[in-house]
Amino acid sequence: MSWPMDDGLHWAQSRRGGQYRAMTTATDQRTTTAGIRLASLSKSYGSVLAVDGVDLVIAPGETVALLGPNGAGKSTTIDMILGLAKPDTGSVQVFGMTPADAVRAGAIGAMLQTGQLLRDLTVRELITMMASLYPNPMAVGDVLEVTGVTDLADRRTQKLSGGQTQRVRAAIALVSNPDLLILDEPTVAMDVEMRREFWTSMREFAARGKTVVFATHYLEEADSYADRVVLMARGRIVADGPATEIKATVGLRTIKATLPNVPIASLTGLDGVQGADRRGESVVLHCSDSDAAIRALLREFPAASDIEIAGAGLEEAFLLLTGDDKSEELS
Amino acid sequence: MNLTYLRYELIRSVRNKRAFIFSLLFPLIFFYLIAGSNRHVTLDGVPFATYYLAGMASFGTMAAMISLGAKIAAERSVGWNRQLRLTPLSTRAYMRAKVLSGYLTALLTLALLFLAGATLGVHLSATRVLHMTGLVLVGLIPFAALGILVGHLFTPDSMGPVIGGGVSILAFLGGSWGPVGGDHGVLHNVSQATPTYWLVQARSTLVGASGWDTKGWIVIATWTVVLGVLAAWAFRRDTSRI
Repeated sequence: MSWPMDDGLHWAQSRRGGQYRAMTTATDQRTTTAGIRLASLSKSYGSVLAVDGVDLVIAPGETVALLGPNGAGKSTTIDMILGLAKPDTGSVQVFGMTPADAVRAGAIGAMLQTGQLLRDLTVRELITMMASLYPNPMAVGDVLEVTGVTDLADRRTQKLSGGQTQRVRAAIALVSNPDLLILDEPTVAMDVEMRREFWTSMREFAARGKTVVFATHYLEEADSYADRVVLMARGRIVADGPATEIKATVGLRTIKATLPNVPIASLTGLDGVQGADRRGESVVLHCSDSDAAIRALLREFPAASDIEIAGAGLEEAFLLLTGDDKSEELS
Repeated sequence: MNLTYLRYELIRSVRNKRAFIFSLLFPLIFFYLIAGSNRHVTLDGVPFATYYLAGMASFGTMAAMISLGAKIAAERSVGWNRQLRLTPLSTRAYMRAKVLSGYLTALLTLALLFLAGATLGVHLSATRVLHMTGLVLVGLIPFAALGILVGHLFTPDSMGPVIGGGVSILAFLGGSWGPVGGDHGVLHNVSQATPTYWLVQARSTLVGASGWDTKGWIVIATWTVVLGVLAAWAFRRDTSRI
C-alpha cells in the first residue's frame, strides 16, 4: 500500500528531527538536561523484539502520550525509562542521569500498569510510609487531597474498590513530588467520571512545570491530555507530533465505493483525500476531510456506488502508518 | 535508618493476625498441653516445663523468622517490590525492616512463653531470661536468611506448605519436640547439624550453663553464611527477571 505521508504531518524521521533541532538550539539548556533521552533503545524477550531501536527526546515540562495498541512496546519502553528493565542496546537518561540515580534522587514517580497495594495499612499510613522514603516529598494531606482520596484516608488498603485503589496508586506516584511522572495505562480500571477527575488532577500536576509521560491505547485520552503524541507500533516509533496532528491522521475517515476502471492516481488528487487504494472492484479513500471528499468524488465520478463512509479506528490507522496490511499480526 | 518506614513495617506485621498462628498460637498451645500435664516431671534434672519452654521457643521463633518469606512472597506477587524499586529505599533497608519485623514477632513469642512458663511454675532470674533471649536472637540469624530465601523462591500459594512443612521438619530434627537420636549415631549428628538444635540448646542457660560450645557457634555461623549466600542469589535472580 502506498500512502503519502507528507501532508502537514511531522513524521518521526523526516520533519520531527528538524523541528527538534530548532527547539534545542533555542533553549540550549534543554539539550543537556532533557527530561528523557532514549538513544537507539532495544529490548527483546526471548525471540520477541519488544522495543526496536527507539530514539526519543522529551523536554522537561512536556506532557507526552505514548499511544499504541497492545504489544506496541509501550510498557517495555516505560520499564526501561524507570530502570525496571535493562536495555539490550541503547541508553536511557532521565534528567541527564541514569534511571537508578534519578530514582534515588526521588525525581521519578510512576503508576505501573499492574500492582496492588501493600496490605494491613490505612491509606494515610501507606502514603506516609512512602513519603518517608523520599528526600522532598509532598505533604501527605496535600497528596490525599489532590488525588481525591481524603475520604478514604482511614480505610485499610485491602478494603478498597478497583477504582479507589487506582487513585491511591496515583497518590503513591505523586507523593515524592517528582519532576517526571510516568503513568502506564493509568485509567484502565476507571469509569468515565473517575477518568475525568483523574486527568484533571494530573493536569494540575503537569501545570507546575512537571514532565508527564503516559501510555495509553485510547486516542481520545492522548488527544485530550497530551501536548505531544508518540505513536508506537511493534516496538518502533511510527509517528511523533502535536496531539492535534496525530489525531487528524489517525482519526481519518474512509470512503469505500464500488468504482471499477478508475486509476488510483486520479482519486488521490481529490479534495480532502490523503490516500487511496484499490480492492478489486472497490476503492478505499483515506480522507482528512470526508465531507469535501465525498462531494468531490460524486462530482468527478458519478458512477461510484455502494458508498460507505466510516471512521477509521486506531487499529486501521496503525496499519496505514506501519505500511502493513497484515492485521492478524497486530491482534 | 528510616524509622517511619520501619514503624509501619512493624505495625503491618502486628496487624497480620494469620502470621501469628505458627509463631505464637501453636507454641503456646503445645506448651500448655504438654508441659501442663507433665509439670511435675523432671528431665535430666531440669523441670519439664523449663525444658519444654525452650523447645517451644525454638519452634515459635523459628516460624516467626521463616514467615518473613511469606511477607516477601506476597509483596512480590502483587508487584509491590516493583513499586519499591521506584523509590530510593535500598534493598538493604528493605531486608533490614523485614528482618526486624521478624525479630519483633520472635521477641513477642519469647515473652509470652516466659509468661506462660511462670504460670506453670517456671521461675527464672532476669539474667537467665536475658541470657537465653540473647542466644536465641543470635541463633535466629540463619533463619532470617532462610526466610528471605524462600520468599524469593516460592509463590504465596505454596508458602503454607513450605513454611508449615519446613518449620515442622526443622523442629523435629532439631529436637524442639524432644531429643532426637540419643547420644550418638547418624540421627544425633544430623540433629546437631541443624541450626534448630542450637536454638533448643539455648535452654541450657536457663539452668545456669553458659550456652553453646564451639560446635554450636560453628553450626550457626556456617548456616548463616550458606543461607545468606543463597538468599542473595535468589534475590538477584528474582530482580533481574522483572
